[in-house]
Amino acid sequence: MCLAIPGKVLEIDRNVSPVMGNVSFGGTQKRVCLEWLPEARVGDYVIVHVGFALSTVDEKEALETLKMFKEMEELGGDES
Amino acid sequence: MRFIDEYRDGEAAKKTAEMIRRVTTRPWTVMEICGGQTHTIVKYGIESLLPNALTLVHGPGCPVCVTPLEIIDKAIAIASRSDVLFTSFGDMLRVPGSSKDLLTVKAEGGKVRMVYSPLDAVKIARENPDMKVVFFGVGFETTAPANAMAVYQAKKLGLGNFSLLCSHVLVPPAINALLSSPANRVQGFLAAGHVCTVMGYEEYFPLAEKFHVPIVVTGFEPLDVLQGIYMTVRQLEEGRSEVENQYTRAVRREGNVPAQNLLREVFRVSDRAWRGIGEIPLSGYALRDEYAEYDAEKIFDVGEIRTQESPLCIAGMILQGLRKPSECGAFRTQCTPEHPLGAPMVSSEGACAAYYHFGEYRGEGQL
Amino acid sequence: MKQIADFPAGLACPIPLTEYKNVLLAHGGGGKLTQQLIQKMFVSQFDNDMLGALHDGAVFPVGNMKLAFSTDSYVIKPIFFPGGDIGALAVNGTVNDLAMCGAKPLYLSSAFIIEEGLPMDLLWKIVLSMKTAAEAAGVSLVTGDTKVVDRGKGDGIFINTSGIGAVDPAAEIDPKNARPGDKIIVNGPIAVHGIAIMSVREGLEFETEIRSDTAPLNGLVERILKAGKDVHVLRDPTRGGVASAVNEIAQSARQGIQLNEEAIPIGEDVRGACEILGFDPLYVANEGKLLAFVAPESADLVLNEMRSHPLGKYAAIIGEVVADHPGIAVMKSRIGGTRVVDMLSGEQLPRIC
Repeated sequence: MCLAIPGKVLEIDRNVSPVMGNVSFGGTQKRVCLEWLPEARVGDYVIVHVGFALSTVDEKEALETLKMFKEMEELGGDES
Repeated sequence: MRFIDEYRDGEAAKKTAEMIRRVTTRPWTVMEICGGQTHTIVKYGIESLLPNALTLVHGPGCPVCVTPLEIIDKAIAIASRSDVLFTSFGDMLRVPGSSKDLLTVKAEGGKVRMVYSPLDAVKIARENPDMKVVFFGVGFETTAPANAMAVYQAKKLGLGNFSLLCSHVLVPPAINALLSSPANRVQGFLAAGHVCTVMGYEEYFPLAEKFHVPIVVTGFEPLDVLQGIYMTVRQLEEGRSEVENQYTRAVRREGNVPAQNLLREVFRVSDRAWRGIGEIPLSGYALRDEYAEYDAEKIFDVGEIRTQESPLCIAGMILQGLRKPSECGAFRTQCTPEHPLGAPMVSSEGACAAYYHFGEYRGEGQL
Repeated sequence: MKQIADFPAGLACPIPLTEYKNVLLAHGGGGKLTQQLIQKMFVSQFDNDMLGALHDGAVFPVGNMKLAFSTDSYVIKPIFFPGGDIGALAVNGTVNDLAMCGAKPLYLSSAFIIEEGLPMDLLWKIVLSMKTAAEAAGVSLVTGDTKVVDRGKGDGIFINTSGIGAVDPAAEIDPKNARPGDKIIVNGPIAVHGIAIMSVREGLEFETEIRSDTAPLNGLVERILKAGKDVHVLRDPTRGGVASAVNEIAQSARQGIQLNEEAIPIGEDVRGACEILGFDPLYVANEGKLLAFVAPESADLVLNEMRSHPLGKYAAIIGEVVADHPGIAVMKSRIGGTRVVDMLSGEQLPRIC
């Protein structure tokens, strides 16, 4: 459980059922089902598992997580 | 690659490991549920970065490993039929049944095809109307919606030749069973991040409360795992037992509601046997009656299945975190990836396979 | 049909029937099972020093020359794929095997096993492709054979090519010669060919094209040999990928190998494909790539020489030979830990888990 990778949404076709889209993983594109992400927009990053997008990557939260590492680094530096 | 590479940064990893070292004052045993996390831990040598006081235990988070032997044998029996085109995720093809695996069925002439997505199996069914196309639907809650969608589509399209051999397992009942066992030593959990993208993490609050264990929803890159461990140990040190979310960039508390709706439409919760562990009540999914005509177990009568596990395999102990693969007598001798005795040696997420491939390299020629 | 019991003792099948009753696809994967099959079935029966070396080709003296002799068969499906086809692979593959012996490839043979029903124009396309590849490599196809098998028995077409080359008398290229300190240089980004093939196989289609890197490496090898006298090993990491190749060399040379994950070049799109499928790029097949094991003093010279050749533009030093852990390859990961890089077991399959 579960190999799921973030990719960038390049195209969404909401005229088909289920909703499908084109997602890019470092340049390699795959058709992915976007049925469960009605709010997804072109340009968003989504987490994809077995050809289905399960959630949108929250870029703000992603930065927060990375910021936490930076803060840890600084703390680490101070206490050494 | 964006949202991947940043979480593999060496400097940040070392600093996080340092923070874990600082905050750890007592021995603790932490379990990661998900096979993907086991893979990361062993692949990046994360255990060697942690203080000795911390013990990481690998849980039954590999749906491939816990798929009941009986279902594997049924899959093999169905795949061996000449009127069947059997489709499956790659992972399941090498899992040993009582006497062989699906790849052997292929070698013997069976039509066994690997697919990346359940929707590919539906496509194959449309393209092969004269064959009975069966899809081996395994997985945790992460994969269940995708498998549900395949059946849902098949029904919508009226595909009479498509069916699902269903073997889904659920995480929270497994945690409950593990923590209820008298042999349990696990004090904190890294919950499976991708399962939670679908299900959210509401289900973990009652568990944290009932058993007084911290549960941290964790991602899969090395930084995620290290951060998850840090958050868990901090809770343990501070005497807290809460549910926290490390994987905030992908997991929302309520999860993915449309996916959950589809799950409820297609599946009902059922009792499930877990290979190596035994039956856990209400720990799996089965197809609802409205979808009975797509249920491979109902369509194919494969006769009586008598299962036979290898007497040497201690997969159950390993999946419950009671033993490490290196403590198994057959590890690396009778049991290797080329001829696995049990499932954890087959799946690349299985603890045994992970230990075998990545080794416990200690440096200076020591392995 | 003779039963196994009918054969005199000593001719009993070396692979215990209980282990593998039938040959599996994985026996052709290039990893441990292939090794096992080769060792137990073939080497044990045709036992001689040259075969035992298990190098890409056999090198032997004829008069005062040294010749290299190699063979390879192509059974690939699909027959045509982005960046190439079975014909180009067949020519480049044997050309490269000879080049990995330090030889200048001279003459090729080609044997075709064609399935009844293969469209003529497909065969024509393949032949034209082989002609182009042979011209690019500077080799002549001088003899061959053609067989046609019943419909359903041949998967379209199988091609075997064998080749002869002249070995540079100064070259001492042999996997056994890898020694501690040798730098390992790759000529460009890895895992391209295997992903190109995967991408057109059913069920694993990508919307974008990744083109196979099949190419004749003899020109690049000539450049390398001119630059460095201390080239100890050359190997093209085909089936089984870089990981299997370094393991084989580590075992032959009885030395250890240490790779540096961050130094290994890989294209973003290939990486993306590997991530989705759950593949480790170290185990994915390459076709226009080689690994050169070079004495440390010559490494930078060879690297620069490679970078000035079109097939070596992105050459990089990815690791070195060490005296520790003989026979075993390890890799230092991005986050600093070290892990064993094992030989490929079975086939790498896309996974969900």
